[in-house]
Parts: sequence; structure tokens; C-alpha cells
Amino acid sequence: MIRAVDIKKSFGDVEVLKGISTTFDKGKTNLIIGRSGAGKTVFLKILVSLFQPTEGQIFYEDTDITKLNKRQLIEIRKDIGMLFQGSALFDSMTVEENIRFPLDMFTNMTRKEKEDRVNERLEVVNLEGSNKKYPGEISGGMQKRVGIARSIVLNPKFLFCDEPNSGLDPKTSLVIDELIQQITVDNQITTVINTHDMNSVMEIGEKINFLHMGKLAWVGHKSEVLDSDNQLLQEFIFASPFLQRLRDKALGK
Amino acid sequence: MFSFIFRAIHGFFYEIGKYFLLLRLMIARPEKASMYWKETMRQMNDIGVGSLIIVCLIALFIGAVSAIQFAYQLEGTFVPLYYTGYIVRDMTIIELAPTITCLVLAGKVGSNIAAEIGGMRQKEQIDALEIMGVNTAAYLVMPKLIAAVIVIPMLVFLAAIVSIMGGYIAAVPTGMIGHDAYVLGLRSFFDPYNVFMMFVKALVFGFILTSVSSYQGYFVKGGSIELGRASTNAVVLSDVIILLADYFITLLMT
Ligand SMILES: Nc1ncnc2c1ncn2[C@@H]1O[C@H](COP(=O)(O)OP(=O)(O)O)[C@@H](O)[C@H]1O
Ligand SMILES: [Mg+2]
Repeated sequence: MIRAVDIKKSFGDVEVLKGISTTFDKGKTNLIIGRSGAGKTVFLKILVSLFQPTEGQIFYEDTDITKLNKRQLIEIRKDIGMLFQGSALFDSMTVEENIRFPLDMFTNMTRKEKEDRVNERLEVVNLEGSNKKYPGEISGGMQKRVGIARSIVLNPKFLFCDEPNSGLDPKTSLVIDELIQQITVDNQITTVINTHDMNSVMEIGEKINFLHMGKLAWVGHKSEVLDSDNQLLQEFIFASPFLQRLRDKALGK
Repeated sequence: MFSFIFRAIHGFFYEIGKYFLLLRLMIARPEKASMYWKETMRQMNDIGVGSLIIVCLIALFIGAVSAIQFAYQLEGTFVPLYYTGYIVRDMTIIELAPTITCLVLAGKVGSNIAAEIGGMRQKEQIDALEIMGVNTAAYLVMPKLIAAVIVIPMLVFLAAIVSIMGGYIAAVPTGMIGHDAYVLGLRSFFDPYNVFMMFVKALVFGFILTSVSSYQGYFVKGGSIELGRASTNAVVLSDVIILLADYFITLLMT
């Protein structure tokens, strides 16, 4: 479990996060949703300590990671996997080398063990046989899947995904979402996902944190979205007239 | 007006501070020696083999031009013509080979390093490494620095030899000086200390251009315009600092 306590973050005079407290549960796909510019990425980067918050604490189980020194942070990061918005694959390495990189860097596994682990992860993300391709040679959806494979290659306890669906078509988005959810449940990982994709919200939103203007405007389960009378949430999720008509029909209005 | 000057001075020291911070963060025990070794080899290949042709080409012409120029100027004076070989040799070793080669490498290798590291920063690849628990300052900069301080002195040495050969090729077959005179010049008044100084310069210049360029890339923000600017800054700043260092090394060592 991860717990954020009254997180504030300013860049210069601009306060991006204005005091956010919430928890992210183990074995669940926890979502952070909100408009572009709402502060989702900043919040996620604070959660993994790529940014320091201006105020507040982040607890991983019982450890406050905002108080750790560099060495302790590196220790805890061995339990963290992260999928970046643009996948962040290393351009000069093949798919296989990308996924193997954490193993090369941090384990003493034999060549054969590493190869098996890489192939096993490639299978999880349905990319068997793409070992020797370079990131530039595969589609955005495939890059995301390689990114997922790389982020889970060391069996993390915590998984963070920044907009795993951005730039993907709805069908591919769904595949990625289901993949992340399956990995989360199978391995009982604490997963935190940033998204502004309303399909993801309704599919894998087991715990939804809705960020608006730097504050937490709503928290709940996907099944509670439709009935919620939170005006901001309704405007965000059912942004288009088409979706509003669908909602109203579903509610029998 | 005063606030402008204050901001400029503040900015200057802020940048210097960040530069040394990067160097300090870089000094750490490698997570995995073999990975650093592999990366260092890759960089030696990139910097060394990748720069061979341009370095030799420039050295060849510098030697040729120096030889022709001095042979022409010494003609009809009381200074013997064989001095041409001597002058070409010492100018090359003391100044031209280390300085010109490293200015050229700042343009070629430096801009490349800034663009590579800066691109990794912008595409969140540095963040990805950090999240894995990699010390990115060490992993991205140290192999480049080690490769540079080994390979660049070698390149400079090669440049010196090619330059002296260039002088020979330009002056001897064309009949400006005889073979014996040029070689006699090369063998006159030789001071090994100058070669030592050449290597000191090459080492220092190599360190400067690699670390300054890495610094420019590592802290880049924004998009492609900033990346281009970082790459340009890497070259300009490296060049200026190399020239300053050249001045001070010469002052201290002669
Ligand atoms: N490193 C930074 N420096 C200054 N401002 C930043 C920085 N990162 C993000 N911001 C600002 O914080 C706000 C939230 O950004 P972000 O978290 O990226 O939004 P999103 O919800 O789309 O991920 C934006 O206004 C952005 O300009
Ligand atoms: Mg974002």
C-alpha cells in the first residue's frame, strides 16, 4: 500500500498540487484521472520520488520515502516499476536488450536465466519473437508493451504507469489496460495509473482519484461514477454530448 | 541595471555549481562494473574510431600549410631552410595538434554527447534509469569521460604525426625543401617535455569537452529548440574553456 499525506507542490509561484491525501491499495489498479495539466504527472513523479514535494509525505507501507537519502532510495526503487508516457525505451538497444537491462544492471543471473526471464515477460505482453527489433521499428502500442515488460522484469511490488493509453487507438488501449490489470492481480502489485482516458476509467477504475485544479475532487469505484452527483466528475468523464446522451439513456432519463 | 548584473552573476555561479554537482554525483561505485565497462568500450569506439578521418584530414592540411608557409618565409633569410621541419614539428606538438584537434572534437563529439544525453532526458529515459535505481550521473557521464581521456590523447598524438607528415608531403616532393633538410629539422632541438605537454593538454581538453557537453545535455529541459541550444552551447562553451585552459597550461608549463 502507498499513502500520500497532504502533498503540495509548487514550481516557482505556481502551486500545481494543493494538498492531496489518498491511499493506493495492493492488488488493485488505482487510477489518477484529470484533465491535461491537472498535475497527474507531477503527482506520479512525487510518488516515485523523481520530484520532491514542497510539503507532505509519501509512505510505502511504513517507510516515508520523502525522508530517504540517495542510497536508501535506490534500495526502494528496486521494488518499483514504471511505464512512461512515451515508453522511454533506450533507442540504441533492441527490445530484448531493453527488457534485459535491469537484469544486466542489478542481478547476477546467468545468460540463460536472463534469456528465459526476458522471453517469459515478452510472452506476458504478447510480443513473442520481437526480441531483435529496435524501438524505432515497432508501433507505439508495441513500444508500450515493451515498456511494461521492462518495468515488471524485476518483479516489482509497486507499478506506476503514466498515461499508458496516450496515442493509442481504443482497441489497443483496452489491451494495454487489461494487461496491466492482469499483471496487478496476478502478482498482487500496488499499481497506480495516470489517465485521462474515460474507457480506462470505466474498465479498470477500481479506485479512482479525480484530480481537479491541484485538489482531489472525487474518489471512488468505477461503479459509482455513473450515479455520482459530482458535477466536475460528470463534466470530465462525459465530456462529449454523445457520451452525455449515452449516460442519460443508461440512467433512464 | 544592478538587478540585471546581480542576476547574471547569480546565474553564472548557479550553473557552475550545477556542473560540479554533476561531477560529484558521477563519482560513485558502479552498480555493475561490467555494464560500465561495456558502455566505456562503446564510447571509445564512438569517439575514437568515429573521429579518425576528420582528425587526420585536418592535421594533414595544417601540417602542409605550416610547412609551405615557413619554407616560403625562411627563403632568402639567414635562418636555414631546414628550420622548417623544426618549426612544423614544435608548432604541431605544442599547439596545433592538441588545440585544433580538441576544438574540432568539441564540435563533433561534444555536440553529439549533448544531443544524446539531452534526448534521453527529454524522452524520460533518464527518469526510467533513475527509477530502476541507476545512478544516471555516473552511468551516463563516467564512461564517456573515461573513454575521452584515454582516446583523445591518442587522437592528438596521431594528429601530430599526420601533421608532420603533411608538412613533408607538401614541402618535399614539390622541391621547396630537400628530404634531408626536412628530416634534419625534425631531429633538431627536440625536447621530449613538449610531447609531455601535448598529452597534458589533450587530457585536460578531452575532459573539458566531454564534461561540459554532458552537463549541457543532462540538465536540458523543454523540447527540440532547447535541445538544439544545449548542443550549440556545448560546443561554444567547450571551445571557450579549452582556449582558456590552453592559455593557462602554457603559462604554467613553459
Ligand atoms: N518541471 C516543471 N517545472 C515547472 N512546471 C511544471 C513542471 N512539470 C510540470 N509543470 C506544470 O505543472 C502542471 C501540471 O503538469 P502535469 O503534471 O504534467 O499535468 P498532467 O496532468 O497533464 O500530467 C502544468 O501546468 C505544468 O506546466
Ligand atoms: Mg501527464
